[in-house]
Amino acid sequence: MTALLRNHWDWLLEQRWLLPVLVAIGFILAFAIPEYNLLNKYVQLVLMYVGINIILAVSLNLVNGYMGEFSLAHAGFMAVGAYTAALLTMKVLPIAAYPGLFPLAVLAGGLAAALLGLLVAIPSFKVRGDYLAIITLAFLMIVKSVIENIDFIGGPRGIPGIKKLTTLPWVFFWVVVSIWMVRNFVYSKYGRGVLSIREDEIASDLMSVNTRRVKFLAFMTSSFFAGIAGGLFAHLLQFISPRVFDIIKTTDILIMVYLGGIASITGSILGATLYTVMLEVLRPSTVAGLLSWLPDMVFNPLNEYFIRHLGVWRMVIMPLLLVLVMLYWPRGIMGLREFRGFIPRRDREAHHVLKIPKSGEMP
Amino acid sequence: MTTLLEAAKVRHFFGGLCAVGDFNLDLQAGQLMGIIGPNGAGKTTIFNLITGVYRASEGNIRFNGTELVGKTPHQITALRIGRTFQNIRLFRDLSVLDNVRIAHYAQANYSPLEALFHIGRYRREEERIIENSQRLLSIFKLEALAGETARNLPYGMQRRLEIARALAIGPELLLLDEPAAGMNPNEIDQLMEFILWIRQEFKLTILLIEHQMKLVMGICERIKVLDFGETLAEGPPEAIQNDPKVLEAYLGEGPVG
Ligand SMILES: Nc1ncnc2c1ncn2[C@@H]1O[C@H](COP(=O)(O)OP(=O)(O)OP(=O)(O)O)[C@@H](O)[C@H]1O
Ligand SMILES: [Mg+2]
Repeated sequence: MTALLRNHWDWLLEQRWLLPVLVAIGFILAFAIPEYNLLNKYVQLVLMYVGINIILAVSLNLVNGYMGEFSLAHAGFMAVGAYTAALLTMKVLPIAAYPGLFPLAVLAGGLAAALLGLLVAIPSFKVRGDYLAIITLAFLMIVKSVIENIDFIGGPRGIPGIKKLTTLPWVFFWVVVSIWMVRNFVYSKYGRGVLSIREDEIASDLMSVNTRRVKFLAFMTSSFFAGIAGGLFAHLLQFISPRVFDIIKTTDILIMVYLGGIASITGSILGATLYTVMLEVLRPSTVAGLLSWLPDMVFNPLNEYFIRHLGVWRMVIMPLLLVLVMLYWPRGIMGLREFRGFIPRRDREAHHVLKIPKSGEMP
Repeated sequence: MTTLLEAAKVRHFFGGLCAVGDFNLDLQAGQLMGIIGPNGAGKTTIFNLITGVYRASEGNIRFNGTELVGKTPHQITALRIGRTFQNIRLFRDLSVLDNVRIAHYAQANYSPLEALFHIGRYRREEERIIENSQRLLSIFKLEALAGETARNLPYGMQRRLEIARALAIGPELLLLDEPAAGMNPNEIDQLMEFILWIRQEFKLTILLIEHQMKLVMGICERIKVLDFGETLAEGPPEAIQNDPKVLEAYLGEGPVG
């Protein structure tokens, strides 16, 4: 029975139409769910956060997983994308008249973040490991304090009243694009370059890999999608401030990546989904909902406690979770493994093939 | 005969330590030359200077007339200089196939945009790389292990894979750093035959470092003896074997493991 199932599964994965069909179904659902209210508004909102977090995790995995660096800058790139996109939709583009311009604003946010990604790539030529981590942390703090000090964009108060332009179909669209592009990158000479840098940078250079160029590209691709996620995030939350994009945000993304597993797109998808749902469950209102069956005498003080302190506990539990995962489960759910459907057929077959044209034989 | 690799008055210091002092080399195209010398003589450092891992403190190194000093390792490698390492440096967590594919980086002719969208030259180039990698693996009898993680290969196979990876560069010049390290006499015999064979098959010029006298004396046309970063002697194997200076400084101790 399981053998039969497995055969069907293998057959299914071999089909070229599988992923396009899944994506098409996804799109239909992404349009239908809000249109016909197939799910309640809250669940729709969570779905959009899951999508945005998938984009963030998959893109951070390129640098932290595939390349093996420890970048803490992701929330900074997200901030750049969020502010760029929000300023465009509020002050530059005539969004009220042409709501179709929204994707342009998001794209511009991604490009602005990518440009900054170039800048962060430069120190990575010289330093690695802990030192690079500190530099990326410094970058995150610089972005934050620059934003805090520009009055024109709201300073520490941030930007309220952003239009709610992010919709489920747009989130789904960018999820698909980010997964597809990161996957394309990974299965190219640049992606193999990124992997070889993680393994042994000097040997990589000595095998003709232009390590600087590869680092530029990896940082740019990674920060581009962080910027995209930022733009979507801003137009979903409808309010951004420097505090939204602090080290806690970066920590969230790090947990998703390491929980899901390094160097795995599938892992990042799973990690982002699990973690986002978990965060929702840990909200006071959700906890209250889960505990509402308790008698009032027990429930009321508990509820009050959670409303006051759960936020603080979150700040303790989440970083602790990151430490625990990195210590005891360094590979995460899918570390270094990939769902077969994401691996190009050419790559998969080349790792098995035995029928090879022989030009010469060793003595 | 033309000069392929030329080094003139190359010196290199690590802090105050003179690892290489006045190194000169004239390697003819097609030649198989050996470098010998006691531990710490500066042999590996010379490979690192040629391939750009270190930048020579003084002197010039020219390959096909191009100055190598000041170039980065990948630029030098892309000029078609392949190398192996004294301590195997495979990409241990990657597949055997990917180890060889990575070394095609400079030859793979497509842009980042073509890579991000898998369009244009991407497909053709990737197919060509896979084909060439599989050809190399089959020559080295590793084709059945294409999907295996490099770290899982036995030692001897890892050594073979490293040579296959170096050949994926498409080298004119191959630098082998102690290829026989850790091999028994039987394996060394096979390796000697094998080096001669790849030299012919791939039309290589080879510079090799080796402590195993049997291998060096058996296949090298010229031998260079280094000590404390200085050339002690140079010549064909017979001359080296009978050079009193060499006997005193090096061979007198017997071959070093
Ligand atoms: N990166 C480095 N920093 C400082 N000193 C170094 C470095 N690399 C090599 N050395 C020193 O330079 C000298 C030459 O080293 P090298 O590795 O070239 O010797 P070798 O001839 O290859 O020796 P072996 O036969 O043991 O491989 C040694 O004294 C070594 O300690
Ligand atoms: Mg050495």
